[in-house]
Amino acid sequence: MTELGSIGKSVRRKEDYRFITGQGHYTDDINRPGQAHAYFLRSPHAFARIKSIDISAASAKPGVVAIYTGKDMAADKVGGLICGWTVKGKDGQPHKAPRHDAIAVECVRHVGDQVAVVIAETYAQAKDAAEAIEVDYEVLKPAIDLRDALKPGAPQVHADAPGNLCYDWDFGDKAATDAAFAKAAHVTRVELLNNRLSPNPMEPRSAVAEYDRGTDMTTVYVTSQNPHVLRLILCAFVFGLPEHKVRVVAPDVGGGFGSKIFNYPEETVAFWAARKLRRPVKWTSDRSEAFLTDAHGRDHYTIAHLAMDKDGKFLGLKVDTLANMGAYLSTFASAVPTYLYALLLAGQYTTPAIYAEVKAVFTNTAPVDAYRGAGRPEATYVVERIVEAAARELKLDPAELRRRNFIAADAFPYQTPVACVYDSGQYALTLSEAQKMIDYAGFPARKAASAKQGKLRGIGISCYIEACGIAPSAVVGSLGAGVGLWESAKIRFNPTGSVCVYTGSHSHGQGHETTFAQLVSDKLGVPIDQVEVVHGDTAQIPMGMGTYGSRSLAVGGSAISKAADKLIEKGKKIAAHLMEASPADVSYGNGVFSVAGTDKSVPMAAVAFTAYVPHNYPADLEPGFEETAFYDPANFTFPSGCHIAEVEIDPDTGITKIANWVAVDDFGNVINPMIVEGQVHGGIAQGVGQALLEGVVYDTESGQLLTGSFLDYTMPRADDLPSYNVAMTHTPCPHNPLGVKGCGEAGAIAAPAALMNAITDALGTEAIQMPATPLKVWQTIQSHKPALAAE
Amino acid sequence: MYEFNYHRPTSLAEASKLLAGAADGKFVAGGQTLLPTLKQRLAAPSDLIDLGGIAELQGIKVDGGSVSIGAGTRHGVVAKSAEVAKAIPALAKLAGGIGDAQVRNMGTIGGSLANNDPAADYPAAVLGLNATIHTNKRTIAADDYFKGMFETALEDGEIIVKVTFPIPKRAGYVKFPNPASRYVMVGAMVAETASGIRVAINGAAPCVFRHKEMEAALAKSFSADALKGIKTDPKTMNNDIHASAEYRAHLVGVIAKRAVLAAG
Ligand SMILES: Cc1cc2nc3c(=O)[nH]c(=O)nc-3n(C[C@H](O)[C@H](O)[C@H](O)COP(=O)(O)OP(=O)(O)OC[C@H]3O[C@@H](n4cnc5c(N)ncnc54)[C@H](O)[C@@H]3O)c2cc1C
Repeated sequence: MTELGSIGKSVRRKEDYRFITGQGHYTDDINRPGQAHAYFLRSPHAFARIKSIDISAASAKPGVVAIYTGKDMAADKVGGLICGWTVKGKDGQPHKAPRHDAIAVECVRHVGDQVAVVIAETYAQAKDAAEAIEVDYEVLKPAIDLRDALKPGAPQVHADAPGNLCYDWDFGDKAATDAAFAKAAHVTRVELLNNRLSPNPMEPRSAVAEYDRGTDMTTVYVTSQNPHVLRLILCAFVFGLPEHKVRVVAPDVGGGFGSKIFNYPEETVAFWAARKLRRPVKWTSDRSEAFLTDAHGRDHYTIAHLAMDKDGKFLGLKVDTLANMGAYLSTFASAVPTYLYALLLAGQYTTPAIYAEVKAVFTNTAPVDAYRGAGRPEATYVVERIVEAAARELKLDPAELRRRNFIAADAFPYQTPVACVYDSGQYALTLSEAQKMIDYAGFPARKAASAKQGKLRGIGISCYIEACGIAPSAVVGSLGAGVGLWESAKIRFNPTGSVCVYTGSHSHGQGHETTFAQLVSDKLGVPIDQVEVVHGDTAQIPMGMGTYGSRSLAVGGSAISKAADKLIEKGKKIAAHLMEASPADVSYGNGVFSVAGTDKSVPMAAVAFTAYVPHNYPADLEPGFEETAFYDPANFTFPSGCHIAEVEIDPDTGITKIANWVAVDDFGNVINPMIVEGQVHGGIAQGVGQALLEGVVYDTESGQLLTGSFLDYTMPRADDLPSYNVAMTHTPCPHNPLGVKGCGEAGAIAAPAALMNAITDALGTEAIQMPATPLKVWQTIQSHKPALAAE
Repeated sequence: MYEFNYHRPTSLAEASKLLAGAADGKFVAGGQTLLPTLKQRLAAPSDLIDLGGIAELQGIKVDGGSVSIGAGTRHGVVAKSAEVAKAIPALAKLAGGIGDAQVRNMGTIGGSLANNDPAADYPAAVLGLNATIHTNKRTIAADDYFKGMFETALEDGEIIVKVTFPIPKRAGYVKFPNPASRYVMVGAMVAETASGIRVAINGAAPCVFRHKEMEAALAKSFSADALKGIKTDPKTMNNDIHASAEYRAHLVGVIAKRAVLAAG
């Protein structure tokens, strides 16, 4: 890797200048001439039949351009929103995906569901007019609680999903798993709630749609993580329009965490209304709407059993999960608790038999879909909590129990019993590094010191596995995905030597403009400031698949690398011509083409210039210096790592203080360590948020959202978080050209189990669920009375 | 937010006149409570009368026995006042723990007391330190001022002008913040004053209240240990997703003890 200039260096982020100086261009910053503003009237009820809607008074309000209801969209034959991944249940039948209208037609199914849209000259006028719309509801009893929704007699969210069941799915070898349990010396059982989370990206969702009658082109600027897929859905499923007449632009996007992958009702309505009115239509969510309508994450209830032999060797794992889908099936909702979850249940271990059953359930709550980690945090939470609980039951050191069951470093590629073939990893190494960093051996003394102060101290390990760059397309297709999961890249040299990189990945906080520029700079010998990374505009970039699942570098970066290789190949021919040598004798490195054994060389910039000014040029070669590549990975890539959390609990208040946090992650090769560390920090923050602070709460009777603002939804603040001790090991991915894995979700995957293992260690009971708020910790202390005596 | 007329009077008399003349007028000080309410369209006053231009409402005065704070004084000013910190450190600490820097730079003591949010900080200071509230019409003793949840002794149109805190022998304030909002979930101001020991508990119940049993115990012995075994009835406590009534009742004991320790 000697030729690599900036790779591995913490280059400052190119994009930060505009972000830090307030010069980013977000969707809400975009204003089009003649634009009108949309405001949605939303359901105040969790479940109700719309008996009538009277818009007459509202229509007469100042500035109103139009008011539309679901019936108007239906009259225009606008399609419902789709779920792009079809999961087949145990019975072989596809999941139930009841119609999801962008504006409700007959029934509203969660608080915040769209009832009507008002389009007016100003946003305030639209809002004023919305108050004058009269809706007559027949209020129905809602199904809110996940478990209650499955009970006989529960209110039915959709007539065409009997029993509120979206699917009843299973995965793995049931017979082999049953046999494993039959011969077990010990079985550990855990009951786990994986709390529902609100994604809360800093930038709320927004869309500006406009229609150009002259060209028949519809353009929508939108807060999206994957503009091409959104265009595909809008064109092929919702509106029946040709894709060449639709342009989707996702400009600067202020965070997504998964919540901006999906096709949402509001942008769909803005798109439709702009065409109908022949006026640009803008909509921006406020924070209250974001709480009500951004797709939530997680929300699982799980009972798991782990079978072990007398030495603690894992024999089998059985997992039974209920997953809340909310009121409608969001774009990728069905895949999250199935293929992104059960396939990861082997964790880092050699467990030979695994069987998972998942029931997906409709409730009268906001839709639930992918959120940072999407399925994989839920899997890690199950595996790492049950392993820790098992160690306690067996009175074994949890680190030791893990070591007895790790997949060995020389066992890769490793076929798990749940379909995945792990590419590489050094699990024992990451664990022992983390143990060293946190002084694991010194923990009993620290615990005794805490006890002297009247505090409960605990330590918890989480050895996680992550699957990034979900692929290859043929495999995900066979599992029900409606799309391929490759990525595209185009690299265009400009005549004077600078470079534009067009990537199908989308950056909304990940720093692609820097990481990808480093990659291109390094491969093509162009200074970083001469590389422009372009993303997010379907009119500029080749068809791309967007950013989610920590796929951008492993898949998008690999596509860029392939395109760069093509340029180097072409460059060799041009350079050979210029140096009057045979292409076979030309070698390339560090931005220079040279002929072995001579002092002849041509720099990359001269080759690029020659390609555009081909006065002295190979006769059989096309002019121009631009290449496109598509990359479909051979496999997922599997980052892994070990996080250890140490906590101290004040039994008087129930407050948990994070005393120390170490993370040893293995993301394969690393291009920009600073950016990677930043991703780890952010991921841990969200994981700590899930374990200690955050949780969406609906009133189980009325279905009202009780955590509808930051007054009640506890977002982590800086002082809730510890100073992390972050380190890395590097086990390259063997099957992509960069040897990289993915780092975006790791922290959020690892952290909850580490923290809950530490808290349950301190409390001496497994009987506490996330978020471990001071209230819950105190209540657990009251009911379990942990011993405070020093050991 | 609905539209409203905006006024910025420079005297109390002018403010009163503007309010009397408005269809449905409302005073605004720092706006940290009122503006969020307006933004959510939960209130629709015809006129906002900004008290920020009235010089009389500004400023901090410390004389021999008391600290007097103008109603329009921002939390941040109180928090950073060297005079307050010297005279009643617990009061400066309390002000410095309200909301965040932006809130402290706008919010005022008068606005906080007029609002009387059960989860607000200042009510504990006023009740615990036995302060006097001066309005444009009269003076109101702390014990007569707090009437219930968001309810005070203020009459319609009455303006708080200043609050006078007698300097206590010692006082300590400790707040257990709500994890989400960081308002008070349970707080305690414990003070030894000229008129005896006072323990004001905020955040826990619908309105700030004096914990008489604790006061009696501390009068015998001003120590955290003196509060041991004193129970607070959960039936009188608030109950929400962040804290059950039982938990709040328990925290009252814990936080009061810590306030005693903080008082030194
Ligand atoms: C994010 C956030 C966090 C917060 N955290 C806390 C916290 O931790 N602890 C806490 O105690 N508070 C907290 N607050 C509330 C804050 O302290 C407010 O500033 C305070 O409650 C109201 O003061 P104000 O000057 O902003 O009043 P305004 O919002 O302007 O007015 C509030 C009410 O008081 C009336 N009023 C104002 N001045 C007078 C006067 N002189 N005489 C009579 N009536 C008057 C107004 O008419 C109105 O009805 C927080 C607020 C926010 C936005």
